[in-house]
Amino acid sequence: MNKVTCECGHQNPYGTYLCESCGKPLQESDEKVANMRYEGVARRSQTYKSSIVDKIWNFFSSVKVGIWIIVLILVTSSLGTIFPQEMYIPPGTTATEYYQEEYGIAGQLYYDLGFHNLYSSWWYMMLIAALGISLVIASLDRFVPLYRALKKQRTTRHTAFMKKQRVFGESEGSLTEEDRTIMKERLKQKRYRVKEENGNLFAEKNRFSRWGPYVNHIGLIIFLIGGMLRFFPGMYLDEYVWIREGEREVISGTNGEYFVENREFMVELYDDQEEDLFQEALTREDNPVVSNFQTSATLYKRPEGIIGDNAELEKVKDHDIRVNQPLTFEGISLYQVDYRLNELSTFTFTVESDTVDLEEDMTFQVDLNDPARYYEFENGYQIELLEYFPNFYIDNNGEPSTQNRVPDNPRIIFELFTPDQDPEAEGTEGELSLIGVRVNEELNGERDHVIRMEDVELVDATGLTVRRDHTLPFLIAGGAIFMVGLIQGSYWHHRRIWIQEKAGRLYVAGHANKNWHALKRDLSFVSENTRLPEAADQLDDEAENEEEVQQKKGGNA
Amino acid sequence: MFEFSSAMLYAAFVLYLLATILFAVSITGKRFKDKSGEEKNRAGILGYAASIAALLSGLTYFVTRWIAVGFAPVSNMFEYMTALGIAMSLAFAIIYPMYKNNYLGLFTMPVVMLIIAYASMFPGEAQPLIPALQSNWLFIHVITTVIGQGILSIGFAAGVLYLVRKIDFTKKSRKVKGIEFIMFSILSLVAYVGIGIGFGAADYTAQFNYVDENAEEAVMDYYLPPLVGPNEGELVSEQGFTPVINTPAFVRSNDLNTVLWSFIGGLVLYGGIRGIGRKPVAASLQPVVKNVNPQTVDEISYRAIAIGFPVFTLGGLIFAMIWAQIAWTRFWGWDPKEVWALITFLFYAAYLHLRLSRGWHGEKSAWLCVIGFALIMFNLVFVNLIIAGLHSYA
Repeated sequence: MNKVTCECGHQNPYGTYLCESCGKPLQESDEKVANMRYEGVARRSQTYKSSIVDKIWNFFSSVKVGIWIIVLILVTSSLGTIFPQEMYIPPGTTATEYYQEEYGIAGQLYYDLGFHNLYSSWWYMMLIAALGISLVIASLDRFVPLYRALKKQRTTRHTAFMKKQRVFGESEGSLTEEDRTIMKERLKQKRYRVKEENGNLFAEKNRFSRWGPYVNHIGLIIFLIGGMLRFFPGMYLDEYVWIREGEREVISGTNGEYFVENREFMVELYDDQEEDLFQEALTREDNPVVSNFQTSATLYKRPEGIIGDNAELEKVKDHDIRVNQPLTFEGISLYQVDYRLNELSTFTFTVESDTVDLEEDMTFQVDLNDPARYYEFENGYQIELLEYFPNFYIDNNGEPSTQNRVPDNPRIIFELFTPDQDPEAEGTEGELSLIGVRVNEELNGERDHVIRMEDVELVDATGLTVRRDHTLPFLIAGGAIFMVGLIQGSYWHHRRIWIQEKAGRLYVAGHANKNWHALKRDLSFVSENTRLPEAADQLDDEAENEEEVQQKKGGNA
Repeated sequence: MFEFSSAMLYAAFVLYLLATILFAVSITGKRFKDKSGEEKNRAGILGYAASIAALLSGLTYFVTRWIAVGFAPVSNMFEYMTALGIAMSLAFAIIYPMYKNNYLGLFTMPVVMLIIAYASMFPGEAQPLIPALQSNWLFIHVITTVIGQGILSIGFAAGVLYLVRKIDFTKKSRKVKGIEFIMFSILSLVAYVGIGIGFGAADYTAQFNYVDENAEEAVMDYYLPPLVGPNEGELVSEQGFTPVINTPAFVRSNDLNTVLWSFIGGLVLYGGIRGIGRKPVAASLQPVVKNVNPQTVDEISYRAIAIGFPVFTLGGLIFAMIWAQIAWTRFWGWDPKEVWALITFLFYAAYLHLRLSRGWHGEKSAWLCVIGFALIMFNLVFVNLIIAGLHSYA
């Protein structure tokens, strides 16, 4: 494509609307005020329109398309809040049933449309991706030519450019050197950078605020890339660990290097008997209000170079893990998220008999989390733990079974052998008992011995989330850059003022990318008591005039 | 300290009322100039002074309550709403000197009063913090967010001012219906507050035995006379009467009853004002604002959004994410409140792009400011009270 040469001699890229150097309009327009958006530069998307690449580029560079993408994300996001997302439905329920049971036909439809996992659906991802592409292309399409145009701007502008500025004034006459000095002084006082060329003035301030949108778009792109990295293996760890009091568990994601011990777990409540400021609110609540969930934890590390389970672990540190106070080490954080109070941990049994003299006290303990198989006694008795169901239930086939490994409802089948029986021998049958909490049944006829539950030990368990997120640095960088760009573009405004003398006439023009109010104030400050003509806002329509008429009427009343 | 704090809030409310009256006088009062040509009607500057006094009084409430309860008083609906009212007047205190526009005062101060009055409908006694809220991020995140929303709310006040000024009420149109809907909503809120305070002062309670959605017997209290009763409701208190209809079990009937009262109260107020003026409510306001310069108001609303948007983003999204990472193990979890904060962010982002690149100035821009405020209120009230989530602290 050919370059377009302006009468000032500057060669502009094809498609330029206002000359990059002197600002003369290069294309005819009936508008009263020139379109100063992006300085009237040639943008790729406005210039090339033929190939497929051009078409894609042009599509995504359009702000209109960008706004549509934003609106689509906005609307679809709101749909996901009508009913809870699948991750927030109560544990133990299945999505297939939950939505229909809880919300009827609407719930079923919600589930069928996949809205219960809306934010991870392929089409929502596509929208986010489209937003990312739009951010990159739209920014590039504008930033490069805008940067060039602002870099190349000349002090003396074409009169046609001046006349087409929104804030503009002209009059007969000329400026004295004194006027010029005063004006320059005042502009500098307002922190403008002033250039002079053949007696014409050009003042500019806060040009850097023009880069704000591009900076914040870069931040957003980095943020979106950070979010995308999550889908790569190894970037993100999200595990869950239950630890009973007094126990120690390996921390996943550390190659068996780190261990955490739960020394004590506690739930603390606010005291509604205490006569303080909070009593009124506490007594109004139906349930007690929790003041603290806490796991007193100790972090251990396996010494380097030693492999095997028996190696002594080194203590790294103690930390009370509370909500808002995770235990953090080497990028991994352990969070307090759940707990179980009074979990069964040990049963203590005694064997008794009305018919046989047992000669000694036969007491034994069963660890419900790791039960031993055989229990032998000095008097020659043996007890074998035949079956153990930590969380007992009868399954669909009518068979006894366990729901999981948590001893919420334990049942044990013991076989008891007297000293004269040989458990190893073929065909030996001891006394079978099924025992649980408030359950003690004989399974093979009359028994001479009773295995009675003496004692129960309880323990609290804490549920910790183990989290490591290598994407965080990207998100922090992206977020920080975004905020810098946003502030840069929002709290400073690019302002320019041109003052010129040509053929016995004085011209003044001003441009601001936003906050015209301040620009007008600056202009009237600069022109006060000088020969410089008043600049007026060419967009102030008849409404303004009408306003003045009414003001006068009001004043006379 | 706690009582003193509450007293300062009352004082602030009275001062906001005074500021409203002074701004009204500055606009409708006689204009006269003294010999040297100086404007002598000083009600505008006095109104601003009153609004500053109210702000200081409100800030005193905030600080003393903070000292009394031991944490930033932004932990429940009463405290947050009140803080929003104060934040809006803070934003006004910053923006007024830029434009010295008394009309903005006339439209902002009543909104501030209404927000604080609405806040007083929620339980105001001190509540202890649940573990998830025990963090310094409580004040960093919430105070930044509330200031952001307060500044954005100025955009709403200026937007409504613009619409009242510019809409042609002589012929019927969707615009007239829209602005009248805004007026009706505001009047319904006024009715809700008025009725609530009235029956609250009279200590009205009606109690029902009813059958809840799990088919179990339960008790429900009404603090307004029951127009609709609960499922199979049976009046057991002395006060009250048997309502005309009972609702099905899945409806929280005392809340519905309150909504009905507000709606009816709103209709009465709206109908009354419309009947007296014999024209749309907003049309009755129009002569008051006929002298306002629409261009200036348009720029004020845009400035408010441009200033408030970064603050809101910082508090409502960035600080929110940092805290969520610390308290909830993840910076983002698609909790309804998070989603609606994102929606609010996207909405104002769309507003800025429409304004800067598509030239949406004036009326279109004003409507968007109104919708943006509606989104903020929706996220604040509806998402907290109706949609269950991690943020249901009321």
